[in-house]
Amino acid sequence: MTATIYDTPDAALADIPDGASIMVGGFVSGGSPSNLILALRRQGAANLTAMANNIGLGDKLDELAESRQLAKVIATFAIRASGGRQSHFEQQYHRKEVELELVPQGTFVERIRAGGAGLGGVLTRTGLGTSMAEGKRTLDVDGETFLLETPLHADFALIKAHRADTLGNLTYRRAGRNFNPVMATAADIVIVEAEEIVLPGELDPERVETPAVFVDRIIRCDPIEVRWDG
Amino acid sequence: MAETSIGLTRELIAMRVAQEVGPGDAVNLGIGLPTLVADFVPADRGVLFQAENGILGYGGISEGDFDPDLINASGQPVTLPPGASFFDSALSFAMIRGGHIDVAVLGGLQVSERGDLANWFVPERGGGSVGGAMDLAVGAKRLIIAMQHTTRDGASRLVRVCDYPLTAPACVDLIVTNLAVIAVTSDGLLLQELAPGVTVDQVRAATEPDLRIAANLGEMSL
Repeated sequence: MTATIYDTPDAALADIPDGASIMVGGFVSGGSPSNLILALRRQGAANLTAMANNIGLGDKLDELAESRQLAKVIATFAIRASGGRQSHFEQQYHRKEVELELVPQGTFVERIRAGGAGLGGVLTRTGLGTSMAEGKRTLDVDGETFLLETPLHADFALIKAHRADTLGNLTYRRAGRNFNPVMATAADIVIVEAEEIVLPGELDPERVETPAVFVDRIIRCDPIEVRWDG
Repeated sequence: MAETSIGLTRELIAMRVAQEVGPGDAVNLGIGLPTLVADFVPADRGVLFQAENGILGYGGISEGDFDPDLINASGQPVTLPPGASFFDSALSFAMIRGGHIDVAVLGGLQVSERGDLANWFVPERGGGSVGGAMDLAVGAKRLIIAMQHTTRDGASRLVRVCDYPLTAPACVDLIVTNLAVIAVTSDGLLLQELAPGVTVDQVRAATEPDLRIAANLGEMSL
């Protein structure tokens, strides 16, 4: 199935219900679907589980913490060891008002990849001998021990692309790729904000990184710049 | 003078670490002090810096217009010299976990005498984040830790056994601190170089485990 084009980010995610699980692309300032995140704030769905590389590093995702829409976050970077100002999410985490599952970044992306590719899990050495291995199974393969990490899948994914065609083929820009192409494979409904929407044939097929089969909804949006200064 | 203020500045620690990377090396620099290392590697040395957010071959910190899609893993804007490439996070961590990164430089909270690393969680602050540290510690061919030798309270960060949560066991190859360069060997910690003006006794006093002294112990050349 190919994608549907929406006029606004608000219309594209109006049906996200309370309790939904949502993958959110982006890495700090790069490739973050900030228009969609802010539309989700306006929409007001609550008790959400968000899966994103980071929260509270200048990103708009922290505004969903501010509006108390997040029940759980699965992330690689959320709580800073250093002092300084705390994000809304950090404040709620330290008050035990929100749940956090912290995942090593390579394990995070491979769990999403497994979820998108129909695989039953990931075997990795990352996390062995650490608290990340607690309660998890290990498997021996050819004499080496690996940690079994389970797939991640979501109800929705919010993706930031550079260009989309009307079928849903996507290209990305520079380090704005990061988690976007992988998350676009791992959710039931994939919603994309793109800086430009073009007709089929205008994207070089050699450059398409997310083929249209993965994409459900597209909205053209000017990017909202986010920045983290530490 | 406080114990932690002797020896090298952060910049000089980074300068010494920069000597460890050579032509053709793919090098990942962690958040904090390690990001300074790029400043001390000449552009013509042929080092490819990898950022886990999806860049191989980025340059130094950019002073130009901010491009949100052109940052290193610490969120800093970087330049893009000829020969750089972009990729998604799955390929980035295939690079890291698949053994394609020659050298990773990370910060440290504690390193044990068998090379266990703790660098992501500070129990007394009840917080920390793992990012790509565990993957880099396990996957990089060579792991260098750049850190202060002691805490602000004077406690050694080189310990017999880490009491902070581990990043990975038995992963550290070399430790560069404000006081010394110390290798992790199968026989424990080996003191190889002293910072200018620092004595063996000062390093021993600031180090919890036993230190062996390299036969060719010398002063760092900076």
